[in-house]
Amino acid sequence: MEEIEYKTIERVTNVLLFVKDVKNAAYNEQVEIELENGKKVSGQVLATNEDVTIVQVFGETTGMNTQTTKVRFKGTTFKMPVSMDMVGRVFDGLGRPRDGGIPIFSDEKMDINGSPINPYAREEPSEFVQTGISSIDCMNTLVRGQKLPIFSGSGLAHNKLAAQIVKQAKILAEKENFYVVFGGIGINSEDANFFINEFQNSGALERSVIFLNLAAEPSMERVILPRLALTAAEYLAYEKNAHVIVILSDMTNYAEALREISAARDEVPGRRGYPGYMYTDLASLFERAGKVKGKEGSVTQLPILTMPSDDITHPIPDLTGYITEGQIVLSRALDKSGIYPGVDVLLSLSRLMNQGIGKDSTREDHRNVSDQLYAAYAKGKELRSLTEIVGEDALSKIDKQYLHFAEEFENRFIKQGFNEDRSITETLDLGWELLSSIDKSEMKRIKPEFIEKYGKWKQ
Amino acid sequence: MEGKVIGISGSVVTVSGLEDPKMNNIVFIGENELVGEIVKIEEKNAIVQVYEDTSGLKIGEKAVDSKEPLSVELGPGLIGSIFDGIQRPLDKILNKEGTFISSGVKVNSLDREKKWHFKPKVEEGKAVEAGEEIGEVKETSLIKHKVLVPVNQKGIVKKIVEEGDYTVDETIAVLENDKKTEEIKLMTKWPVRTARPVKEKLSPTIPLLTGQRVIDTMFPVAMGGTAAVPGPFGSGKTVIQHQLAKWSDADVIVYVGCGERGNEMTEILTTFPELKDPKSGKPLMDRTILIANTSNMPVAAREASIYTGITLAEYYRDMGYSVAVMADSTSRWAEALRELSGRLEEMPGEEGYPAYLGRRIGEFYERAGRARILSGKIGAATIIGAVSPPGGDISEPVSQNTLRVTRVFWALDASLANARHFPSINWLNSYSLYTDELDQWYRKNIAEDWPELRDKAMATLQKEAEINEIVQLVGYDALPESDKLILDVARMLREDYLQQNAFDETDTYASVSKQYKMLKIINEVFDAEKAALERNVPIEKLQSIQIKPKIARLRYTKEEEIDDKLKEIEKDIEAIKKTSTEK
Repeated sequence: MEEIEYKTIERVTNVLLFVKDVKNAAYNEQVEIELENGKKVSGQVLATNEDVTIVQVFGETTGMNTQTTKVRFKGTTFKMPVSMDMVGRVFDGLGRPRDGGIPIFSDEKMDINGSPINPYAREEPSEFVQTGISSIDCMNTLVRGQKLPIFSGSGLAHNKLAAQIVKQAKILAEKENFYVVFGGIGINSEDANFFINEFQNSGALERSVIFLNLAAEPSMERVILPRLALTAAEYLAYEKNAHVIVILSDMTNYAEALREISAARDEVPGRRGYPGYMYTDLASLFERAGKVKGKEGSVTQLPILTMPSDDITHPIPDLTGYITEGQIVLSRALDKSGIYPGVDVLLSLSRLMNQGIGKDSTREDHRNVSDQLYAAYAKGKELRSLTEIVGEDALSKIDKQYLHFAEEFENRFIKQGFNEDRSITETLDLGWELLSSIDKSEMKRIKPEFIEKYGKWKQ
Repeated sequence: MEGKVIGISGSVVTVSGLEDPKMNNIVFIGENELVGEIVKIEEKNAIVQVYEDTSGLKIGEKAVDSKEPLSVELGPGLIGSIFDGIQRPLDKILNKEGTFISSGVKVNSLDREKKWHFKPKVEEGKAVEAGEEIGEVKETSLIKHKVLVPVNQKGIVKKIVEEGDYTVDETIAVLENDKKTEEIKLMTKWPVRTARPVKEKLSPTIPLLTGQRVIDTMFPVAMGGTAAVPGPFGSGKTVIQHQLAKWSDADVIVYVGCGERGNEMTEILTTFPELKDPKSGKPLMDRTILIANTSNMPVAAREASIYTGITLAEYYRDMGYSVAVMADSTSRWAEALRELSGRLEEMPGEEGYPAYLGRRIGEFYERAGRARILSGKIGAATIIGAVSPPGGDISEPVSQNTLRVTRVFWALDASLANARHFPSINWLNSYSLYTDELDQWYRKNIAEDWPELRDKAMATLQKEAEINEIVQLVGYDALPESDKLILDVARMLREDYLQQNAFDETDTYASVSKQYKMLKIINEVFDAEKAALERNVPIEKLQSIQIKPKIARLRYTKEEEIDDKLKEIEKDIEAIKKTSTEK
């Protein structure tokens, strides 16, 4: 397809170009804009009709004018060259090398928007991923091909947690073809360095592909970046049969960029100024996690987002929660009490947990223990707020047990070290130990045979 | 005459040069023949909503008017299939295209090659009316597919084929009416946005039994009724929808996954063929149709998927079946509507939703109902719609418009879900407007005292909420003994009755008779303990009798063993009755 060059720019805004009389422009077609000084910026066709074609610019429109700026239509949608050479490299938000190396050349090019996976082609994710973190493994089990975001707040230990998961994540059965794709979206360079250092320490760096858009770089690239990261992940998973963990941080910056573009396009805003299609847009990223029939590999996503003012009903965490298969919620209260990782197990959830646990993958009592721990901790926390009003003395004997349990649960079960890698058996046994401080007759969610077999009550 | 594309903005494409374009006609856009529907006509230009990704579509590409509205193919082969929002079979697309769905795939909804064994039911020369059965095809182990005279047709059967194997587009009968002849095939077509006609709508008098205690006992939905399930994420909407699809006693289930997760559809596809229908013991897939437009599939087809689902449901209703439609989630459908309305630059109503949102929601739920169908028999279509309100706040337009037209409201509650109380249906603010109409059925078919038992349990739970407010102020110890008893009983009701574990192989389904027995025994314990308190027996003494763990086990007790367990509990109740005031 030949490239056609136009110099018919009619209007320039801070993210859009309006080009007149473009022949046969295609929707989502890739565009290259050349400034008078030779600088080249890329863009994409946003809408087109016989008179005007609207181009969205990836980057700044600084220096563009209606007189000398040239627009070239590339005749194709945004495609990314893919090969195994990507591994171990660092790219920017448009896929250009930022580590001083050469660009990736490959005959194999993949559309960065991907195509929806046919639901009929999906395989149900069911392989347990041991993260070595009790509050995740026991209570909110991660499985291969899942999308499980970390809902955090500014200043909480989400980066540390994500790095620990990457370090410790391994499957019970075997160690295989495993890669990490990291997408840093609008993060600062310190956070970026933290991840790169941690990956280096754990040996994950030589098995990773990194895309970085730092806080000072163009926000338009933030909308492209996760698509590049997921395209790389899909290539590794479905062409190279690898198990890939994708970490996208911080999705809040992504949503902000989306809002910025939407506002520039004069679209009718939805809740809190975010575009009405934000659900669909986020879904087009998150749904790219999964496992498909007939292929060995899988794409597991751990997106990180910081909830503005810790509000879980804010549109960003809210829409994300409706798309993803659960969420790991970090709590400021736990963090303040010195508990790392401060996972709020009551608000957290893994929707694919049931498929990944039980007799053949973790242990037969897993579901029951997890349910009982949840219920007991919920009850303990409820009583904690009650005692603030009526005092501990007003509680019954059983209630006091629950109150004590909640303390222990937070300090011994949730809390663990950055280098503490607990096996699932250790985690479950710890759960039983904590439960045994409550009367056996309260164990309504556990089958009697499991109490018999694993219980730690003194008789 | 062929038109051409003159404007593209996402899924909305402007086409010029079509000869006499009509609203809602299907247009094939571009070289790839993307499927679209005319949603607006401006002078000579047609505005088309395209059901597929338009990336790469160019100005100047062709557009062809099909001259037909968006329709579905109806005939044997629907059951057990999985379709996308515009009824393209996803299994066939997989064979043709591989793992990913690309734009412009052409696949017939119904298999044209497959032969079905047709048994005629009428003789030549008989006068038949629209909706009358002329023959039958055994579609699956559970469904006899009745071949009906199409709507708007009638006449004398001039010819009908013999029993044998036929494809869906072979002629199986010829009708003669006013000297005109009409050929009847196994397959017909129907426009999805038009409700299929019935003789009359009847009032619902039979419950749709679901095997879920909180639903069947407290907030039942009638066969042919409508129910809304709003709840924040993580509150278990999808699990409830799956449970109803698995265990409700409808003959046919149409499950519409509208803008939801791909893995959820996969879960249905992997578990349903292995699960057995509790009534017949046959695989559940033999009564299920799946429609999947996952959240990353084109948004315009999401808008259509709901209509595709209800049209397929009406088709089986017209054969006299009871059909249940699960729509998960109608909020995604409404958002698709909002997105398309925005692209059409319509004046937005509340929260950016189009002003016609309420009417569209009303129209959809109105297609439910128990009805006298054209043949004079009775069929029913029940709609159960999940709603995903932003932040769980149901004051938003989709929830509010839905609650106006649905008669059952199962309010899912985040705090219950966080305490792992599932199903997280809040008993204090949920309601069913069918309760009174269905009481008679319950009295006649289950037990005379069912409504009273239910009301008493409900009252206990209400009272518990009141007492809990007092506990917040004065503490548990300061309560009178009678209130402590209410708390004990309410806890039993909540934990051992209302809670139900969808992932336990026994607890996942409870027959109505098991439900009745459980409720009855809890009530007996209540009465016995109340009487004991009146005899001044201290409550600690009652609490020390180990009856509650036994009641808690009833959930996990198989139906055939329940009577034995009840006998054991009866003994404990006798013990309560004999308690004295002595320490």
